[in-house]
Amino acid sequence: MTRLNRNLIIGGLLVLLILCTALVALVWTPYPPSKLDILHKLAQPSATHWLGTDAFGRDVLSMIMAGTQTSLSVSLLAVSLGAGIGVPLGALAASAGGWVDALIMRSSDLAFAFPALLTAIMITAITGPGAGNAMLAIGLFNIPVFARVTRGAALAVRELDYVQAARATGRGEFSIMARHVLPNISAVLLVQITIQFALGILAEAGLSYLGLGTQPPQPSWGRMLNDAQTFIFRAPQLAIFPGLAITLAVLGLNLLGDGLRDLLDPRLSQRR
Amino acid sequence: MLKLLLSKTLALLATVLAASLVVFVVLQVLPSDPAALMLGTEARPDTLAALRHQLGLDQPGWWRYLLWIGGLLRGNLGVSYTYSVPVAELIGARIGVTLPLALLSILLSTAIAIPVGVLSAARRGGPADTALMAGAQLGVAMPNFWLGILLILVFAVGLGWFPASGFAGWDRGPLAALHSLILPAFALALPQAAILSRVTRAAVLETLGQDYVRTARAKGLTATKALWRHAVPNALIPVVTIIGLQFSFLLAGTVIIENVFTLPGLGRLMFQSIAQRDLIVVQDLVVLLAGSVIVVNFAVDLVYMLLDPRIAAR
Repeated sequence: MTRLNRNLIIGGLLVLLILCTALVALVWTPYPPSKLDILHKLAQPSATHWLGTDAFGRDVLSMIMAGTQTSLSVSLLAVSLGAGIGVPLGALAASAGGWVDALIMRSSDLAFAFPALLTAIMITAITGPGAGNAMLAIGLFNIPVFARVTRGAALAVRELDYVQAARATGRGEFSIMARHVLPNISAVLLVQITIQFALGILAEAGLSYLGLGTQPPQPSWGRMLNDAQTFIFRAPQLAIFPGLAITLAVLGLNLLGDGLRDLLDPRLSQRR
Repeated sequence: MLKLLLSKTLALLATVLAASLVVFVVLQVLPSDPAALMLGTEARPDTLAALRHQLGLDQPGWWRYLLWIGGLLRGNLGVSYTYSVPVAELIGARIGVTLPLALLSILLSTAIAIPVGVLSAARRGGPADTALMAGAQLGVAMPNFWLGILLILVFAVGLGWFPASGFAGWDRGPLAALHSLILPAFALALPQAAILSRVTRAAVLETLGQDYVRTARAKGLTATKALWRHAVPNALIPVVTIIGLQFSFLLAGTVIIENVFTLPGLGRLMFQSIAQRDLIVVQDLVVLLAGSVIVVNFAVDLVYMLLDPRIAAR
């Protein structure tokens, strides 16, 4: 039980920290994140610039704070897209069965044959780079994930007594799905949402690192790492902070997901 | 058993074919005219039309798909639009970087993850377990390209033990080539090892609680022997599954890692071909990669049946 609480608390605090940073960055950053100051370029961390400045004299802390917004919003929209389409598809597959089920599941098998990031790279490269296209490409790959998880969980719940009872009282499949099945698998979905959220942050950072995601002047953690690599011999500290931000965000979400899973499925937490 | 194998092989072929169709359709639907891109915005309409004719782009889509697939089946991957050399040649020249990199990463990841997972399962709840699993949490959260940059910072910029980028080439001897693959392989392997060690730990914990392990202990085996002879072998099935699944992440990972370390591999070829709208190369590469993912998953299924005969019986 202590392990469960620790994961949940540390993860929750990290996620809260990231969320607050994004909110604060909406109204305040130490400097405007895209303000150039060539005279003070590549400055070491100091009292005036806590995390130093980049090759254009931009304040690194301000850029990271603003990057939090980019990262969270792209990932949030991607997960919403994936869950928004994937969950109904999975529910449909579970309740319809037969060829509808087979069609949806075989299509999702097919989607899994393509390494997700690879196809995201392909899509963003061809539709043109940008935060919006990156969001779309990442969201597309969340669809089969949510479809599968929803179908699996829904199939298990559909056989339970209270669902059978609802069916016996003459409720339609749609109403059973909406009133009895989906609310009872919401815990599983919530855990999956935190996992996909974390993966979305990693994917956005990767695409932006390759120059296919968020475009300048909009600040982005992945892009900052790419810029930092050019100056790795002169200003190695630039390569540290954006990566640390990505890692903390992903770590927080993963811990939160683990903590939630243990909380919602006590059988699992006893085994640990 | 034979019947199962046959139906699985047929399903495999159907999936690869469906994958090729998806790739083709996606690349046709998305707005991009390779000919217009190659000639630039200044191109005259008649030269554009001539190039489109030369590349076969003026023919209907379904016919081009059949031509492409027919070629693939006969081992003809087509000719690159931008380099004007057979795609097979382009791939052949670069697979010597990507394949060893991927294999080295899988090897490293497995060699790290299994001892770590088994050790932390055996010392469950102890300080070693806590430390190793905290490390694994961190490893899962780190993006591999940042890990790559950190490795460059420490081992190339700081200590100077390895090159910061580039590939020595196999003609300079296997040692020189491997030397330039070590850092990228670690960057790819460590996050995968973090996931795999968690799976290994959970699987070993599961088997450690089984009756046959208790029986082994009761008949006088030491805890270590019972662990390695009975608990670990029985825990391997989920571990093998994850190793198989990781192959697909690894392939996608090479695209980024080859860019971090500027290695001339398939990932960089893919990246450049997309930028240059060299659609035929992109198509071939995606089918090759998706095909190898499908084949690896198939192989994992087979290993499953070998490890656990009950699965084939079902």
